[in-house]
Amino acid sequence: MLRTIRRQFYSAALTAMFATPLALFIASPVQASNTLTVYTYDSFTSEWGPGPVIKKAFEETCECTLEFVAVDSSAGILNRVQLEGENTKADVVLGLDYNLMALAEDTGMLAESGANLEKVSLPVDWESTVFVPYDYGHFAFIYNTELMDSPPTSLDELVNAPDDLKIIIQDPRTSTPGLGLMLWVKSVYGDDAAAAWKKLQPKILTVTKGWSEAYFSLFMNGEAPMVLSYDTSPGYHMAVDKTEQYQAAAFDEGHYLQIEVAAMLKSTSNQELAQSFLQFLISEPAQSVLPLTNVMYPSIDIGDALPAEFSKLIKPSVSLLLPTETVRDNRKDWIDEWLESAN
Amino acid sequence: MARVNKTAERWWLPGALALFVLVLLTGLPLVALLFAAGDISAKAVTENAYHQRVIRFSFFQAFLSASLSTLLAIPVARALSQERNFIGRSLIVHLYSMALVIPTLVTISGIVVVYGRTGWLNSVLGSMGIERFSIYGLSGILIAAVFFNMPLASRVFLQALENIPSEQWRLATQLRMNQWAQFRFIEWPAIRKQLVGIFVLVFILCFTSFTIVMTLGGGPRATTIEVAIYQALRFDFDLDTAVALALVQLIACATLLLLSSLLTFSNTIGFAYQEPKSALRSLATHRWINVIIIGLAALFVLLPLAGLLLSAINPETMTVLTHTNTIKAGINTIIVSISASVLAVTMGVGLLISTRHIRIRLHKYRLGEWLQHTGNMILVMPPVVLGTGLFLLLRPFADVFALALVLAVLINSVMALPFVLRILDGPMMQAAQHHDKLIQSLGISGLSRWRWLDWPLLRKPFGYALGVSAALSAGDLSAIALFGSERALTLPLLLYQRMGSYRLYEASVTAALLLLVCLLLFVTLQSLFRHKQHAGT
Repeated sequence: MLRTIRRQFYSAALTAMFATPLALFIASPVQASNTLTVYTYDSFTSEWGPGPVIKKAFEETCECTLEFVAVDSSAGILNRVQLEGENTKADVVLGLDYNLMALAEDTGMLAESGANLEKVSLPVDWESTVFVPYDYGHFAFIYNTELMDSPPTSLDELVNAPDDLKIIIQDPRTSTPGLGLMLWVKSVYGDDAAAAWKKLQPKILTVTKGWSEAYFSLFMNGEAPMVLSYDTSPGYHMAVDKTEQYQAAAFDEGHYLQIEVAAMLKSTSNQELAQSFLQFLISEPAQSVLPLTNVMYPSIDIGDALPAEFSKLIKPSVSLLLPTETVRDNRKDWIDEWLESAN
Repeated sequence: MARVNKTAERWWLPGALALFVLVLLTGLPLVALLFAAGDISAKAVTENAYHQRVIRFSFFQAFLSASLSTLLAIPVARALSQERNFIGRSLIVHLYSMALVIPTLVTISGIVVVYGRTGWLNSVLGSMGIERFSIYGLSGILIAAVFFNMPLASRVFLQALENIPSEQWRLATQLRMNQWAQFRFIEWPAIRKQLVGIFVLVFILCFTSFTIVMTLGGGPRATTIEVAIYQALRFDFDLDTAVALALVQLIACATLLLLSSLLTFSNTIGFAYQEPKSALRSLATHRWINVIIIGLAALFVLLPLAGLLLSAINPETMTVLTHTNTIKAGINTIIVSISASVLAVTMGVGLLISTRHIRIRLHKYRLGEWLQHTGNMILVMPPVVLGTGLFLLLRPFADVFALALVLAVLINSVMALPFVLRILDGPMMQAAQHHDKLIQSLGISGLSRWRWLDWPLLRKPFGYALGVSAALSAGDLSAIALFGSERALTLPLLLYQRMGSYRLYEASVTAALLLLVCLLLFVTLQSLFRHKQHAGT
């Protein structure tokens, strides 16, 4: 009896081992000529992310197949197309951020978008004709109202706060918000940034690899009253979790801006389709999905389609943003400076 | 007779096949990157102050973590081996092994819930008026290291203790040995044989750890080489530096492995392998000390797991469990992990059959051992290097994304191999040492040797190896994340996506489900091989 079970188990295991690869080969869809391949980061395509809704809406208008290919991070998207070079399968890259734009353009792989950007309304003027900005937000410290009554009202107040105020931040070497904070401090303090980091140091509980570790593993477990995230985060908690427990602290110096962009590859064989996708991305059907799925502001005015909770969010007095070329040229030096002052 | 000789001559084949797969999956990607990188200057890397600091810190934290984990494992294994008959022992031993296999992001949550600033432990301490402690910094790194690795080490030591021949215990009883003498003359020699090997394994695991060291390390001081490699490849687009650093890591760990095999007390033959017989062990033990040791160790590891399971009971539990994506991901996870574990154990046995032949029949013990160490290569390959290298290799021939699940199976099997080798090496050598003379004189070889002589002694460790590698593969995110797309949804990937979309409840349920799937795989695969085989034959 036992031996039969064992034999069955072996044959099942062996079948699984060899049949799976085979089944996958057969099942992988044949590339149709009117398939648009979009490289993006994984949370964009997740079940709760904007990907599935946008795919459905776009496919209804285009008589085509939209295929998302998810890469592990924003920087990973650029990595991937660089490695693939001219032969890349990607028609569009979606999910680079403003700080990566100069680097991405340097590859010479991106084409003019040809998109009509008239309706785009961002806190700053948009000049690039290659990149289409599809959403934005500001970096902000989110505080837990159960652990903290009155958060600092400026970056300087945070820097000079007593050392028992603990914050969790991300690492500029490995994460987008981490890099954002570094640039935020740089824009506010300029050459005194290193000194500011030294003062901030004792208040930093820990520096995580990415946003998820900081926000979920630590902050949501009550490890610190403040975490570096986006000004839009409370919008999600209010609209979906129905709680006002987590709020953003508004800082007098202004908040550093994060803009997410998409672009078309020069090598695409589907130029028309790619262009229409980029245009679709900044149209109302796509834009109205973003606030609660990507938890960012839409890049065009969508009127009442913006969830009411977003009107309760902080309104940064100033949007700070260093030119993408400046970031490209100085990032390494600034990271070294950060490492020095944080050690 | 002619047939026998033929199979005996093919001793190299299983190992060669396993090596082939290994080189294909770990060596070639590195070579591909070397070519893509072009100019690599080891000098530029080793003379850079930042990289020097990173390398120093990697060694420092790995040495401390590995020392602490292995040292603490000794009393735990000893207590478990002395207390064979209490209720829940096997449950504790099983759950214990889970610590190693759950994804790091989940573990961090579990550790923080229990040991964090506002965790359970600090609440208890706080209510007793004791000052709260912070885990961020070296203490956090060490707590996490012990959490991950101490169970592994104690499990290996426990196996070593259970394999102590009953003659020795009989002798100890006759000599009326006290606790210390028992440890010194009977238990320590058994543990010592595994000590260096397990220390090196844990050292390498800690040396290459990334997220945990960073998150709990408290700041940029806690940077391992792995972080620098990720940074160089992902954010600086600097292939040269990434490859150079990967080589530094590879060379450091390879040196260590070679040194360790020089240090190990070679090839101890002479003891008959026997199934442990607890009845023979009637010497006095300090029961209450054992209970305290087992209790503390169990609490240390099980509380964070309990914390994870508790957080899964929330308003979304049922919705998440019945969600199509959850089910799809669950099935994918099970297929990937079972396939990977079968492949890992096949490769492991293949490699061991050949290296065993080299060690015992050809009397080249070191050579055999060094060959065997190639199975550990994957441990020192940073996932991001492996992914990029494999990508460069495969792209001309295949659609890498469509192959995501297949690649995950292959990579996971190679990742589980070091554990499989550790688990099966001892028993396979013991089986050979016990029977080899007999086998040679009877002229038994090939499959019949395996069926009648090796297998009965190996079934239990075999099941354990399958269980560990399946659970490890189920919990692994790195392989699938390298190539993952929507088509290859697994539970760890789903977990990260749900976290990335603010879905805390959904993520907690997914994490707990993943933990249960790992446990289920682990227990089921082990129990399939537990029963005595010879009953009817």
